[in-house]
Amino acid sequence: MSGTLGTSSPPLQTPRPEAAAEVPPSAASAPSGITRATLLKDLRLEWRSKDAINSMLFFSLLVVVVFSFSFDPSAEESRQIAGGLVWVAFLFAAVVALNQTWARELRNQVLDAYRVSPAPANSLFLAKVIGNFIFVAVLETLMTPLFIIFYRLRAIGPAWQLLLVAALGTWALVVNGTFFAAMSIRTRSREIMLPLLLFPISIPAILAMVQATAAILTGEYSARFWIVLLGTYDLVFTTGCLLLFETVLNAE
Amino acid sequence: MTDIAPVITVSNLIKQFGRFAALRGVTAEFAPSRFYAILGDNGAGKTTLLRTLAGLNHPSSGQVTILGSNKFRNICREVGYMAHPALLYDEMSGIENLGYFARLYGIADGKRGADVIRAVGLDPELTRPVGQYSQGMRQRMSLARALLNDPRILLLDEPFSNVDLHSARDMVRLLAGLRDQGKTIFAVTHQASLLEGAADEFIWMEAGKIVARTAEFTEMPKESAR
Repeated sequence: MSGTLGTSSPPLQTPRPEAAAEVPPSAASAPSGITRATLLKDLRLEWRSKDAINSMLFFSLLVVVVFSFSFDPSAEESRQIAGGLVWVAFLFAAVVALNQTWARELRNQVLDAYRVSPAPANSLFLAKVIGNFIFVAVLETLMTPLFIIFYRLRAIGPAWQLLLVAALGTWALVVNGTFFAAMSIRTRSREIMLPLLLFPISIPAILAMVQATAAILTGEYSARFWIVLLGTYDLVFTTGCLLLFETVLNAE
Repeated sequence: MTDIAPVITVSNLIKQFGRFAALRGVTAEFAPSRFYAILGDNGAGKTTLLRTLAGLNHPSSGQVTILGSNKFRNICREVGYMAHPALLYDEMSGIENLGYFARLYGIADGKRGADVIRAVGLDPELTRPVGQYSQGMRQRMSLARALLNDPRILLLDEPFSNVDLHSARDMVRLLAGLRDQGKTIFAVTHQASLLEGAADEFIWMEAGKIVARTAEFTEMPKESAR
Protein backbone atom coordinates (compact mmCIF):
# COMPACT_ATOMS: atom_id res chain seq x y z
CA MET A 1 0.00 0.00 0.00
CA SER A 2 1.49 3.28 -1.04
CA GLY A 3 -0.41 5.49 1.33
CA THR A 4 -0.96 8.08 -1.38
CA LEU A 5 -4.29 9.66 -2.02
CA GLY A 6 -6.22 9.61 -5.23
CA THR A 7 -8.07 7.08 -7.28
CA SER A 8 -5.31 4.52 -6.82
CA SER A 9 -5.64 4.45 -3.05
CA PRO A 10 -7.47 1.46 -1.62
CA PRO A 11 -10.96 1.84 -0.17
CA LEU A 12 -11.06 2.62 3.52
CA GLN A 13 -11.86 -0.27 5.79
CA THR A 14 -13.84 0.22 8.96
CA PRO A 15 -11.97 -1.08 12.00
CA ARG A 16 -13.21 -4.48 13.10
CA PRO A 17 -15.10 -4.41 16.41
CA GLU A 18 -12.75 -7.07 17.75
CA ALA A 19 -9.79 -4.83 16.93
CA ALA A 20 -11.31 -2.15 19.10
CA ALA A 21 -11.90 -4.63 21.87
CA GLU A 22 -8.19 -5.40 21.97
CA VAL A 23 -7.58 -1.93 23.35
CA PRO A 24 -7.75 -1.80 27.15
CA PRO A 25 -10.71 0.54 27.73
CA SER A 26 -9.31 2.55 30.58
CA ALA A 27 -5.81 1.34 31.19
CA ALA A 28 -4.07 4.42 32.47
CA SER A 29 -0.43 4.97 31.71
CA ALA A 30 1.47 5.80 34.84
CA PRO A 31 2.36 9.51 34.92
CA SER A 32 6.03 8.52 34.93
CA GLY A 33 5.47 6.52 31.73
CA ILE A 34 3.85 9.53 30.06
CA THR A 35 6.69 11.77 31.25
CA ARG A 36 9.20 9.34 29.75
CA ALA A 37 7.27 9.05 26.48
CA THR A 38 7.00 12.83 26.18
CA LEU A 39 10.68 13.28 27.04
CA LEU A 40 11.76 10.72 24.44
CA LYS A 41 9.49 12.37 21.89
CA ASP A 42 11.05 15.78 22.62
CA LEU A 43 14.58 14.38 22.41
CA ARG A 44 13.72 12.74 19.10
CA LEU A 45 12.24 15.98 17.72
CA GLU A 46 15.30 17.94 18.84
CA TRP A 47 17.67 15.33 17.39
CA ARG A 48 15.92 15.67 14.03
CA SER A 49 15.47 19.44 13.95
CA LYS A 50 18.35 20.62 16.19
CA ASP A 51 16.40 23.86 16.58
CA ALA A 52 17.31 24.53 20.19
CA ILE A 53 20.80 23.13 20.55
CA ASN A 54 22.24 24.85 17.47
CA SER A 55 20.89 28.25 18.47
CA MET A 56 22.10 27.86 22.05
CA LEU A 57 25.58 26.75 21.04
CA PHE A 58 26.00 29.52 18.52
CA PHE A 59 24.84 32.15 21.00
CA SER A 60 27.09 30.90 23.81
CA LEU A 61 30.07 30.67 21.50
CA LEU A 62 29.54 34.28 20.50
CA VAL A 63 29.45 35.36 24.14
CA VAL A 64 32.67 33.51 24.98
CA VAL A 65 34.57 34.83 21.98
CA VAL A 66 33.30 38.42 22.12
CA PHE A 67 33.92 38.75 25.86
CA SER A 68 37.36 37.20 25.60
CA PHE A 69 38.31 39.85 23.04
CA SER A 70 36.59 42.65 25.00
CA PHE A 71 38.44 41.95 28.26
CA ASP A 72 41.93 40.80 28.89
CA PRO A 73 41.69 39.79 32.52
CA SER A 74 44.41 38.28 34.61
CA ALA A 75 43.80 34.79 36.00
CA GLU A 76 42.81 36.29 39.35
CA GLU A 77 40.35 38.73 37.77
CA SER A 78 38.93 35.93 35.65
CA ARG A 79 38.12 33.92 38.74
CA GLN A 80 36.23 36.93 40.15
CA ILE A 81 34.09 37.63 37.08
CA ALA A 82 33.77 34.20 35.46
CA GLY A 83 30.81 33.12 37.61
CA GLY A 84 28.69 36.03 36.40
CA LEU A 85 29.84 35.71 32.83
CA VAL A 86 29.24 31.98 32.57
CA TRP A 87 25.80 32.02 34.13
CA VAL A 88 24.57 35.06 32.22
CA ALA A 89 25.68 33.38 28.98
CA PHE A 90 23.89 30.17 29.91
CA LEU A 91 20.77 32.04 31.02
CA PHE A 92 20.45 33.90 27.73
CA ALA A 93 21.19 30.77 25.75
CA ALA A 94 18.65 28.77 27.76
CA VAL A 95 15.92 31.24 26.79
CA VAL A 96 16.38 30.09 23.19
CA ALA A 97 15.69 26.48 24.15
CA LEU A 98 12.83 27.46 26.42
CA ASN A 99 11.07 29.32 23.62
CA GLN A 100 11.49 26.34 21.31
CA THR A 101 10.11 23.87 23.79
CA TRP A 102 6.54 25.12 23.47
CA ALA A 103 6.82 26.46 19.93
CA ARG A 104 6.89 22.90 18.59
CA GLU A 105 3.73 22.11 20.57
CA LEU A 106 1.96 25.05 18.97
CA ARG A 107 2.74 24.03 15.39
CA ASN A 108 -0.33 22.14 14.15
CA GLN A 109 -1.83 22.86 17.60
CA VAL A 110 -0.49 19.54 18.90
CA LEU A 111 -0.89 20.81 22.44
CA ASP A 112 -4.67 20.44 22.00
CA ALA A 113 -4.18 16.72 21.38
CA TYR A 114 -2.48 16.49 24.77
CA ARG A 115 -5.20 18.59 26.43
CA VAL A 116 -8.02 16.32 25.24
CA SER A 117 -6.16 13.21 26.38
CA PRO A 118 -6.34 11.78 29.92
CA ALA A 119 -2.60 12.41 30.43
CA PRO A 120 -1.87 14.54 33.50
CA ALA A 121 -0.60 18.07 32.93
CA ASN A 122 2.33 17.62 35.30
CA SER A 123 3.71 14.73 33.26
CA LEU A 124 4.00 17.09 30.32
CA PHE A 125 5.59 19.77 32.49
CA LEU A 126 8.15 17.44 34.03
CA ALA A 127 9.08 16.01 30.64
CA LYS A 128 9.62 19.51 29.29
CA VAL A 129 11.71 20.52 32.31
CA ILE A 130 13.88 17.40 32.12
CA GLY A 131 14.26 17.84 28.36
CA ASN A 132 15.34 21.45 28.75
CA PHE A 133 17.66 20.43 31.57
CA ILE A 134 19.33 17.94 29.23
CA PHE A 135 19.66 20.51 26.43
CA VAL A 136 21.18 23.14 28.72
CA ALA A 137 23.41 20.53 30.39
CA VAL A 138 24.74 19.50 26.97
CA LEU A 139 25.41 23.15 26.22
CA GLU A 140 27.24 23.60 29.53
CA THR A 141 29.30 20.48 28.96
CA LEU A 142 30.39 21.70 25.55
CA MET A 143 30.96 25.33 26.52
CA THR A 144 32.68 24.96 29.89
CA PRO A 145 36.02 23.79 28.43
CA LEU A 146 35.99 26.85 26.17
CA PHE A 147 35.33 29.12 29.14
CA ILE A 148 38.21 27.47 31.01
CA ILE A 149 40.58 27.95 28.08
CA PHE A 150 39.57 31.48 27.14
CA TYR A 151 39.52 32.77 30.72
CA ARG A 152 42.36 30.60 32.08
CA LEU A 153 40.16 29.31 34.90
CA ARG A 154 41.25 27.04 37.70
CA ALA A 155 39.28 26.34 40.85
CA ILE A 156 41.07 27.06 44.08
CA GLY A 157 38.11 25.89 46.20
CA PRO A 158 36.54 22.38 46.03
CA ALA A 159 35.94 21.91 42.28
CA TRP A 160 33.41 19.10 42.73
CA GLN A 161 30.99 21.64 44.17
CA LEU A 162 30.84 23.26 40.73
CA LEU A 163 28.92 20.20 39.53
CA LEU A 164 26.37 20.69 42.30
CA VAL A 165 26.03 24.39 41.51
CA ALA A 166 25.67 23.62 37.81
CA ALA A 167 22.96 21.00 38.41
CA LEU A 168 20.95 23.08 40.90
CA GLY A 169 21.44 26.29 38.93
CA THR A 170 20.42 24.73 35.63
CA TRP A 171 17.33 23.21 37.24
CA ALA A 172 16.40 26.63 38.66
CA LEU A 173 16.64 28.19 35.20
CA VAL A 174 14.71 25.52 33.33
CA VAL A 175 11.95 24.89 35.85
CA ASN A 176 10.91 28.54 35.93
CA GLY A 177 11.76 29.02 32.28
CA THR A 178 9.55 26.11 31.18
CA PHE A 179 6.71 27.37 33.33
CA PHE A 180 6.87 30.98 32.15
CA ALA A 181 7.39 29.90 28.54
CA ALA A 182 4.12 27.96 28.85
CA MET A 183 2.45 31.04 30.30
CA SER A 184 3.63 33.22 27.45
CA ILE A 185 2.87 30.89 24.52
CA ARG A 186 -0.52 32.44 23.90
CA THR A 187 0.79 36.00 23.96
CA ARG A 188 1.55 37.77 20.73
CA SER A 189 5.20 38.61 21.51
CA ARG A 190 6.16 35.51 23.47
CA GLU A 191 9.90 35.76 22.69
CA ILE A 192 9.95 39.08 24.56
CA MET A 193 7.54 38.02 27.28
CA LEU A 194 9.62 35.08 28.44
CA PRO A 195 12.73 37.04 29.50
CA LEU A 196 10.50 39.74 30.99
CA LEU A 197 8.83 37.17 33.22
CA LEU A 198 11.79 34.86 33.80
CA PHE A 199 14.71 37.16 34.55
CA PRO A 200 13.26 39.06 37.53
CA ILE A 201 12.06 35.90 39.26
CA SER A 202 15.41 34.20 38.60
CA ILE A 203 17.46 36.92 40.33
CA PRO A 204 17.83 35.06 43.66
CA ALA A 205 18.91 31.91 41.81
CA ILE A 206 21.35 33.78 39.56
CA LEU A 207 22.81 35.56 42.57
CA ALA A 208 23.30 32.23 44.32
CA MET A 209 24.84 30.63 41.19
CA VAL A 210 27.26 33.52 40.61
CA GLN A 211 28.29 33.77 44.27
CA ALA A 212 28.72 30.03 44.66
CA THR A 213 30.77 29.80 41.46
CA ALA A 214 32.97 32.73 42.50
CA ALA A 215 33.43 31.19 45.97
CA ILE A 216 34.58 27.89 44.48
CA LEU A 217 36.86 29.48 41.86
CA THR A 218 38.55 31.92 44.25
CA GLY A 219 38.45 29.73 47.36
CA GLU A 220 38.04 32.91 49.44
CA TYR A 221 34.83 31.86 51.17
CA SER A 222 32.52 28.87 51.49
CA ALA A 223 29.88 28.24 48.82
CA ARG A 224 27.73 26.26 51.24
CA PHE A 225 25.20 29.01 52.00
CA TRP A 226 24.64 29.75 48.31
CA ILE A 227 24.26 26.08 47.43
CA VAL A 228 21.66 25.62 50.18
CA LEU A 229 19.88 28.73 48.91
CA LEU A 230 19.85 27.29 45.38
CA GLY A 231 18.49 23.98 46.62
CA THR A 232 15.72 25.74 48.56
CA TYR A 233 14.90 27.91 45.57
CA ASP A 234 14.61 24.81 43.38
CA LEU A 235 12.36 23.06 45.85
CA VAL A 236 10.01 26.02 46.30
CA PHE A 237 9.69 26.88 42.62
CA THR A 238 9.42 23.30 41.41
CA THR A 239 6.56 22.72 43.86
CA GLY A 240 4.87 25.99 42.89
CA CYS A 241 5.16 25.31 39.16
CA LEU A 242 3.81 21.77 39.54
CA LEU A 243 0.83 23.05 41.51
CA LEU A 244 0.00 25.75 38.98
CA PHE A 245 0.86 24.15 35.66
CA GLU A 246 -2.52 22.50 35.00
CA THR A 247 -4.19 25.91 35.25
CA VAL A 248 -1.65 27.38 32.84
CA LEU A 249 -2.06 24.50 30.37
CA ASN A 250 -5.82 24.76 30.26
CA ALA A 251 -6.01 28.54 30.19
CA GLU A 252 -7.66 29.92 27.04
CA MET B 1 -35.67 12.79 19.31
CA THR B 2 -35.64 9.17 20.42
CA ASP B 3 -36.34 7.81 23.92
CA ILE B 4 -32.74 6.69 24.25
CA ALA B 5 -30.73 8.72 26.78
CA PRO B 6 -28.80 11.44 24.99
CA VAL B 7 -25.07 11.03 24.71
CA ILE B 8 -24.56 14.78 24.87
CA THR B 9 -26.80 17.42 26.39
CA VAL B 10 -26.04 21.09 25.89
CA SER B 11 -28.05 23.54 27.87
CA ASN B 12 -28.11 27.30 27.27
CA LEU B 13 -24.43 27.25 26.32
CA ILE B 14 -22.81 30.64 25.95
CA LYS B 15 -19.19 31.14 24.99
CA GLN B 16 -17.71 34.62 24.91
CA PHE B 17 -14.28 35.68 23.72
CA GLY B 18 -13.92 39.08 25.31
CA ARG B 19 -16.99 41.00 24.17
CA PHE B 20 -17.70 38.67 21.25
CA ALA B 21 -20.21 35.90 21.88
CA ALA B 22 -19.32 32.93 19.68
CA LEU B 23 -22.11 30.79 21.14
CA ARG B 24 -25.32 32.49 22.21
CA GLY B 25 -27.41 30.08 24.20
CA VAL B 26 -27.12 26.73 22.44
CA THR B 27 -29.50 24.12 23.81
CA ALA B 28 -29.64 20.67 22.27
CA GLU B 29 -29.66 16.94 22.91
CA PHE B 30 -27.80 14.42 20.80
CA ALA B 31 -28.71 10.76 20.70
CA PRO B 32 -26.07 8.01 20.59
CA SER B 33 -25.03 6.10 17.47
CA ARG B 34 -25.92 8.91 15.13
CA PHE B 35 -23.97 10.87 12.57
CA TYR B 36 -24.49 14.61 12.91
CA ALA B 37 -23.34 17.08 10.29
CA ILE B 38 -22.89 20.59 11.66
CA LEU B 39 -23.31 23.22 8.98
CA GLY B 40 -23.27 26.97 8.76
CA ASP B 41 -21.39 29.96 7.44
CA ASN B 42 -17.98 31.01 8.69
CA GLY B 43 -18.30 32.51 12.17
CA ALA B 44 -21.54 30.67 12.90
CA GLY B 45 -19.98 29.03 15.98
CA LYS B 46 -19.49 25.50 14.65
CA THR B 47 -15.83 25.13 15.64
CA THR B 48 -16.42 26.84 18.99
CA LEU B 49 -19.22 24.38 19.73
CA LEU B 50 -17.00 21.45 18.81
CA ARG B 51 -14.06 22.75 20.88
CA THR B 52 -16.38 23.28 23.83
CA LEU B 53 -17.65 19.71 23.54
CA ALA B 54 -13.99 18.59 23.39
CA GLY B 55 -13.24 20.40 26.63
CA LEU B 56 -10.84 22.83 24.96
CA ASN B 57 -13.07 25.88 25.47
CA HIS B 58 -14.63 26.52 28.85
CA PRO B 59 -18.27 27.63 28.67
CA SER B 60 -18.86 31.23 29.78
CA SER B 61 -22.21 29.99 31.05
CA GLY B 62 -24.53 27.07 30.51
CA GLN B 63 -23.76 23.40 30.77
CA VAL B 64 -22.38 20.56 28.69
CA THR B 65 -23.09 17.00 29.83
CA ILE B 66 -21.33 14.21 27.98
CA LEU B 67 -22.12 10.59 28.85
CA GLY B 68 -23.70 11.84 32.06
CA SER B 69 -20.70 13.82 33.24
CA ASN B 70 -20.19 17.57 33.45
CA LYS B 71 -16.44 17.16 33.73
CA PHE B 72 -14.69 16.48 30.45
CA ARG B 73 -11.74 14.94 32.29
CA ASN B 74 -13.98 12.08 33.46
CA ILE B 75 -15.01 11.06 29.95
CA CYS B 76 -12.06 12.20 27.83
CA ARG B 77 -11.18 8.58 26.98
CA GLU B 78 -14.55 8.28 25.24
CA VAL B 79 -13.99 11.28 22.97
CA GLY B 80 -11.90 11.54 19.82
CA TYR B 81 -11.17 15.02 18.51
CA MET B 82 -9.94 15.96 15.06
CA ALA B 83 -9.21 19.65 14.59
CA HIS B 84 -8.68 21.65 11.44
CA PRO B 85 -4.90 21.62 12.03
CA ALA B 86 -3.50 18.09 12.07
CA LEU B 87 -2.53 17.89 15.78
CA LEU B 88 0.51 15.88 14.69
CA TYR B 89 4.25 16.45 14.94
CA ASP B 90 5.63 17.28 11.50
CA GLU B 91 9.08 15.81 12.26
CA MET B 92 7.79 12.34 13.14
CA SER B 93 6.25 9.66 10.94
CA GLY B 94 2.59 8.70 11.27
CA ILE B 95 3.28 5.57 13.29
CA GLU B 96 5.68 7.45 15.59
CA ASN B 97 3.02 10.11 16.19
CA LEU B 98 0.37 7.53 16.98
CA GLY B 99 2.78 5.58 19.17
CA TYR B 100 3.26 8.68 21.30
CA PHE B 101 -0.45 9.48 21.53
CA ALA B 102 -1.22 5.85 22.36
CA ARG B 103 0.98 6.24 25.45
CA LEU B 104 -1.06 9.26 26.54
CA TYR B 105 -4.19 7.08 26.51
CA GLY B 106 -2.49 4.14 28.18
CA ILE B 107 -3.01 1.96 25.11
CA ALA B 108 -0.79 -1.04 25.59
CA ASP B 109 -1.66 -2.70 22.28
CA GLY B 110 1.33 -1.95 20.07
CA LYS B 111 -0.62 -2.79 16.91
CA ARG B 112 -3.40 -0.31 17.52
CA GLY B 113 -1.59 2.56 15.79
CA ALA B 114 -0.93 0.48 12.68
CA ASP B 115 -4.55 -0.75 12.69
CA VAL B 116 -6.09 2.72 12.66
CA ILE B 117 -3.59 3.96 10.08
CA ARG B 118 -4.65 1.09 7.80
CA ALA B 119 -8.28 1.86 8.59
CA VAL B 120 -7.93 5.35 7.14
CA GLY B 121 -6.24 3.98 4.03
CA LEU B 122 -2.62 4.85 4.78
CA ASP B 123 0.44 2.67 5.10
CA PRO B 124 1.80 2.32 8.66
CA GLU B 125 5.20 1.45 7.18
CA LEU B 126 5.49 4.90 5.65
CA THR B 127 8.66 6.36 7.20
CA ARG B 128 8.25 9.86 5.78
CA PRO B 129 7.68 12.53 8.43
CA VAL B 130 4.15 13.88 8.56
CA GLY B 131 5.46 17.28 7.48
CA GLN B 132 6.09 15.78 4.05
CA TYR B 133 2.59 14.33 3.67
CA SER B 134 0.08 15.81 1.25
CA GLN B 135 -2.76 17.71 2.88
CA GLY B 136 -5.15 14.82 2.24
CA MET B 137 -2.80 12.34 3.89
CA ARG B 138 -2.45 14.64 6.89
CA GLN B 139 -6.24 14.75 7.19
CA ARG B 140 -6.41 10.96 7.12
CA MET B 141 -3.61 10.62 9.67
CA SER B 142 -5.35 13.18 11.84
CA LEU B 143 -8.51 11.07 11.66
CA ALA B 144 -6.43 8.01 12.59
CA ARG B 145 -5.20 9.88 15.68
CA ALA B 146 -8.78 10.71 16.65
CA LEU B 147 -9.74 7.03 16.29
CA LEU B 148 -6.75 5.76 18.26
CA ASN B 149 -8.48 5.49 21.64
CA ASP B 150 -11.56 3.81 20.11
CA PRO B 151 -13.81 6.67 21.30
CA ARG B 152 -17.58 6.48 21.61
CA ILE B 153 -17.90 10.07 20.44
CA LEU B 154 -16.02 11.55 17.49
CA LEU B 155 -15.74 15.32 17.10
CA LEU B 156 -14.43 16.17 13.64
CA ASP B 157 -13.70 19.69 12.47
CA GLU B 158 -13.57 19.96 8.68
CA PRO B 159 -12.47 16.35 8.13
CA PHE B 160 -12.81 16.58 4.35
CA SER B 161 -11.10 19.90 3.70
CA ASN B 162 -8.35 19.61 1.07
CA VAL B 163 -9.19 15.95 0.52
CA ASP B 164 -9.95 14.83 -3.04
CA LEU B 165 -13.50 13.71 -3.76
CA HIS B 166 -12.71 10.00 -4.00
CA SER B 167 -10.82 9.96 -0.68
CA ALA B 168 -13.47 12.13 0.98
CA ARG B 169 -16.15 9.61 -0.02
CA ASP B 170 -13.98 6.82 1.40
CA MET B 171 -13.75 8.77 4.66
CA VAL B 172 -17.52 9.24 4.74
CA ARG B 173 -17.99 5.49 4.27
CA LEU B 174 -15.57 4.84 7.12
CA LEU B 175 -17.42 7.28 9.38
CA ALA B 176 -20.80 5.78 8.48
CA GLY B 177 -19.38 2.35 9.35
CA LEU B 178 -18.18 3.66 12.70
CA ARG B 179 -21.65 5.09 13.34
CA ASP B 180 -23.08 1.66 12.57
CA GLN B 181 -20.72 0.23 15.21
CA GLY B 182 -22.34 2.54 17.78
CA LYS B 183 -20.19 5.63 17.72
CA THR B 184 -21.71 9.10 17.76
CA ILE B 185 -20.12 11.37 15.18
CA PHE B 186 -20.18 15.13 14.84
CA ALA B 187 -18.64 16.52 11.67
CA VAL B 188 -18.32 20.23 11.06
CA THR B 189 -18.13 20.70 7.33
CA HIS B 190 -18.69 23.04 4.44
CA GLN B 191 -19.02 20.05 2.12
CA ALA B 192 -22.41 18.90 3.34
CA SER B 193 -23.35 17.29 0.05
CA LEU B 194 -20.72 14.62 0.77
CA LEU B 195 -22.72 13.54 3.80
CA GLU B 196 -26.03 13.11 1.98
CA GLY B 197 -27.25 9.62 2.72
CA ALA B 198 -24.60 9.10 5.41
CA ALA B 199 -25.44 11.68 8.08
CA ASP B 200 -28.53 11.10 10.18
CA GLU B 201 -29.11 14.74 10.94
CA PHE B 202 -27.98 18.11 9.61
CA ILE B 203 -27.61 20.80 12.25
CA TRP B 204 -27.62 24.35 11.00
CA MET B 205 -25.87 27.05 13.00
CA GLU B 206 -26.07 30.76 12.55
CA ALA B 207 -24.69 33.59 14.72
CA GLY B 208 -23.82 31.27 17.59
CA LYS B 209 -27.12 29.41 17.70
CA ILE B 210 -28.59 26.20 16.34
CA VAL B 211 -31.29 27.45 14.00
CA ALA B 212 -32.47 24.22 12.42
CA ARG B 213 -32.10 20.44 12.56
CA THR B 214 -33.11 18.49 9.50
CA ALA B 215 -33.04 14.82 8.64
CA GLU B 216 -32.30 15.50 4.97
CA PHE B 217 -29.71 17.77 3.47
CA THR B 218 -31.23 20.81 1.83
CA GLU B 219 -30.15 24.40 1.51
CA MET B 220 -30.41 26.22 4.83
CA PRO B 221 -34.10 25.98 5.83
CA LYS B 222 -35.91 29.11 4.70
CA GLU B 223 -37.50 29.93 8.05
CA SER B 224 -34.06 30.24 9.62
CA ALA B 225 -32.24 31.84 6.70
CA ARG B 226 -31.65 35.55 6.97
